[in-house]
Amino acid sequence: MGAKHFGARVKRLEDPALLAGRGRFVDDIKLPGMLHACFVRSPHAHALLRGIDIGPALAMAGVHAVFTAADLPAPMDRMPIPMLTPNPAIAAPRTQTVLAREEVNYVGQAIAVVVAESRYLAEDAAAAIVVEYDVLTAVGDCRAGIADSAPRAHSDLASNVIARFPSAYGDIDAAFASATHVFEEVLWQHRGGGMAIETRAVLASHDAAADLLTVWSGTQTPHLGRGTLADLLDRNIESIRMIAPDVGGGFGPKAIFYPEEAAIPAAALKLGRPVKWIEDRREHFLCATQERDQYWDMAIAVDGAGKILGLRGRMLHDSGAFVPWGVIMPYIAAVTVPGPYVVPAYALETIVVLTNKVPTTPVRGAGRPQAVFAMERLLDRVARELALDRAEVRRRNFIKPEQMPYPVGLLFRDGKPLVYDSGDYPRGQQAALELAGYDSFRERQRAARDRGRLIGVGIGNYVEGTGLGPFEGVTVRVLPNGKVAVATGATSQGQGTRTTLSQIVAEQVGCRIEDIVMTVGDTAAIAQGVGAFASRQAVNAGCSAQIAGEAVRKQIVALAARTLGVDESAIDLEDGNAVATTGNKPTVPFGELARLAQGIPGVSLPAGQAAGLAHTAYYTPPQAAYCSGTHVAEVEVDHLTGGVKILNYAVAHDSGRVINPLIVDGQVQGGVAHGIGNALLEWMQYDDNAQPLTTTFADYLLPMATDVPTCAIAHVETINPLNPLGVKGAGEGGTIPAAAAIIAAIEDALSPFDVHFAETPLMPERIVAALRAAGAYEETFAA
Amino acid sequence: MAKQATRITVNGKSHARVVEARLTLADFLRHELGLTGTHLGCEHGVCGACTVLLDGRSARSCLMFAVQANGCEITTVEGLSPNGELSVLQQAFMDNHGLQCGFCTPGMLITLTELLRENADPSEQDVREALTGNLCRCTGYAGIVKAALDAARQTRDGSGA
Repeated sequence: MGAKHFGARVKRLEDPALLAGRGRFVDDIKLPGMLHACFVRSPHAHALLRGIDIGPALAMAGVHAVFTAADLPAPMDRMPIPMLTPNPAIAAPRTQTVLAREEVNYVGQAIAVVVAESRYLAEDAAAAIVVEYDVLTAVGDCRAGIADSAPRAHSDLASNVIARFPSAYGDIDAAFASATHVFEEVLWQHRGGGMAIETRAVLASHDAAADLLTVWSGTQTPHLGRGTLADLLDRNIESIRMIAPDVGGGFGPKAIFYPEEAAIPAAALKLGRPVKWIEDRREHFLCATQERDQYWDMAIAVDGAGKILGLRGRMLHDSGAFVPWGVIMPYIAAVTVPGPYVVPAYALETIVVLTNKVPTTPVRGAGRPQAVFAMERLLDRVARELALDRAEVRRRNFIKPEQMPYPVGLLFRDGKPLVYDSGDYPRGQQAALELAGYDSFRERQRAARDRGRLIGVGIGNYVEGTGLGPFEGVTVRVLPNGKVAVATGATSQGQGTRTTLSQIVAEQVGCRIEDIVMTVGDTAAIAQGVGAFASRQAVNAGCSAQIAGEAVRKQIVALAARTLGVDESAIDLEDGNAVATTGNKPTVPFGELARLAQGIPGVSLPAGQAAGLAHTAYYTPPQAAYCSGTHVAEVEVDHLTGGVKILNYAVAHDSGRVINPLIVDGQVQGGVAHGIGNALLEWMQYDDNAQPLTTTFADYLLPMATDVPTCAIAHVETINPLNPLGVKGAGEGGTIPAAAAIIAAIEDALSPFDVHFAETPLMPERIVAALRAAGAYEETFAA
Repeated sequence: MAKQATRITVNGKSHARVVEARLTLADFLRHELGLTGTHLGCEHGVCGACTVLLDGRSARSCLMFAVQANGCEITTVEGLSPNGELSVLQQAFMDNHGLQCGFCTPGMLITLTELLRENADPSEQDVREALTGNLCRCTGYAGIVKAALDAARQTRDGSGA
């Protein structure tokens, strides 16, 4: 057997090309005769379209075409983009059409597309297109939008409330009636973006000879995208190939299907030339989906020892103008609240509201950061009111490892009962507290205060449903040149999918990791695929790689045994060779076996020999895999400026068996950075008319290298008993509890002033305002 | 649109082109010369993905026109490993997981190439401050900072040459 790959810090196979500037992102692809597109977008959040004058634009030099909705092929000229996650709870399953026909419902909604010789000329022509609007009142705030008298986000709908559903179990009234204490919190988490550094991108080319439409898209879900495009073009999926080449970050917003992914292929078909569109950053702020924006009114009932008796409340979810991903996010949020704690009774009403903002769909965390923020802030409140240590309150409420598998009492988004498969939450918290030096923190805090410095500590715990089905596939095939081809419907936007799947296959098949030829993100490589979201690929594609690899290993062993004339038990596979362990130890390389397995034209294969050395597996997980973790943040706050510096950040993370610690650490660290952005910096602001106010990186701040400390990370591995690798997801856990831990730490640092925070992002000006209201400066400036 | 004759030396090779005055340097490198390693993430001078060396100093290629670089020497990410072998810094990125999607990476490499040339023994804080002009959404910067310090150490030791 060759090198042990599974569980090792294997360096990434993706890196050399990317480091040398030889990556291949969509905008790096140049096709002969390629034209360039620019979209005309609504400047209004809500308006009726009265007319479009494309004449002057069409007459401009270098302009090949202008498409409005009426110029698109059927059925996409009128057909709303299909919703991939339907749910009977949705009263108005609104999705947008590719180009707006009669009404626009958010700033940035696409109305027309110009195709020209260059991007520069396309932008010139787009600016020359005149659209007449009747501006309508916009719904800018979901709290106002639920009133019967509120204006409507869509003029033909009777209500902005498109879904209302309960998440409940236990006797909630009895829990609150018997409680020693009841505490209430009103919480809000802002709307932010995925903000991948590569914006969205689409290139389409139609090969008329083969009638094959090839679409390159910076997407997380090429197989799903191909299916949607086929519906919109009324075309067989076999005549569409969608490729996600190198993709410069995903983080959720690139998982959905966008209008541009249909309009650009339609233009390429009509013009008979390749057409490329690259989103600019302003468009990304306006049109790429965003997330969070939930308002929570919560109450917690506890006994005298701080043990939870019940939780109840109401959550408003601002869905934006459409629901392309259904009500998945508010649903996930609603069922994530109980987390790692024993919550005997729970009742949450979720109300999903349409507004005139860009739609919300999952962004790293997908509803969970909001739920964890609500739960953890409530527990901090309990600790404060009962004068208990924050870690101790959590300890008293943890689900114990011996209670696994633990049924929460709710259904998860996959329709299955929400049952935690495994986990050791007390051990996880303890590991994080030790990394953070929690036991000595109060001493450090006192010493810092003696020197005039305000430092604080905060804890955030979470449980995250990851690894969702339905499936992901992997094909493993030995090639006649001895290489091992691996194809998967899984995709990569930086997660190291190639490397982790190669580790699994190399170990199973017995080849060198560098002899694996991997294809990800290409619908031509494997029949079925789903893609990257819900931290699902290590579970789904990882297990398929294991199963396919095992199957091919057996095929190789069987054929090698016959070829070398030894028992199967006497065959070892090593570095791409089958080696007999008996006799004079003859060897046969994989390539020769692959040629044998192809057979000889006209000659029957020997009995028991299948065609080729290949296997495709589609692992279908029985339910979600529940990963968990604890974050401990230590911050310093400058009470005069409201500035926050994160001093130390400790993470204990349980994603089951770790395939590659290098990559999982990177996922955790990157996720924390995103959470720091959510907690302190990133705020997509709109005015009352739903007009976006933050559309550059100068207005909307991303975390910089000076904002994000290097985390101390501990892996607490509890093996997932429900899949053959024992793995759970790892992509989002870094983000989920970060805001809860950081805001708690800020509050702790400022505890001398008794200020309370229940919202993110917590900007310096908000901290100063709270301190001013608390009278913090009277003493300072009087002295 | 007015065109101008422009001569720019990129990675040691001189290129003469007649280009529109409004063509950005980034688009010139990417689309005129096919050097697509230089990336565009915001086109308003914040994200730093498009950073190149202009006469040895880091510059945003999205914020200047190609004609403004007339007569200048440019180094892009492709120029950091001219023989196809990764530089010490590039190898340190690989060793320390300094990249995930790789989109911001070219700008990071250019910025750090300049830093390490000017400061052979930077502190962690020096590295972080040098990187404030480059945004990364994937890594949380830890691997990048570690890579820069590792490359500096190797270069000082002569072990990475």
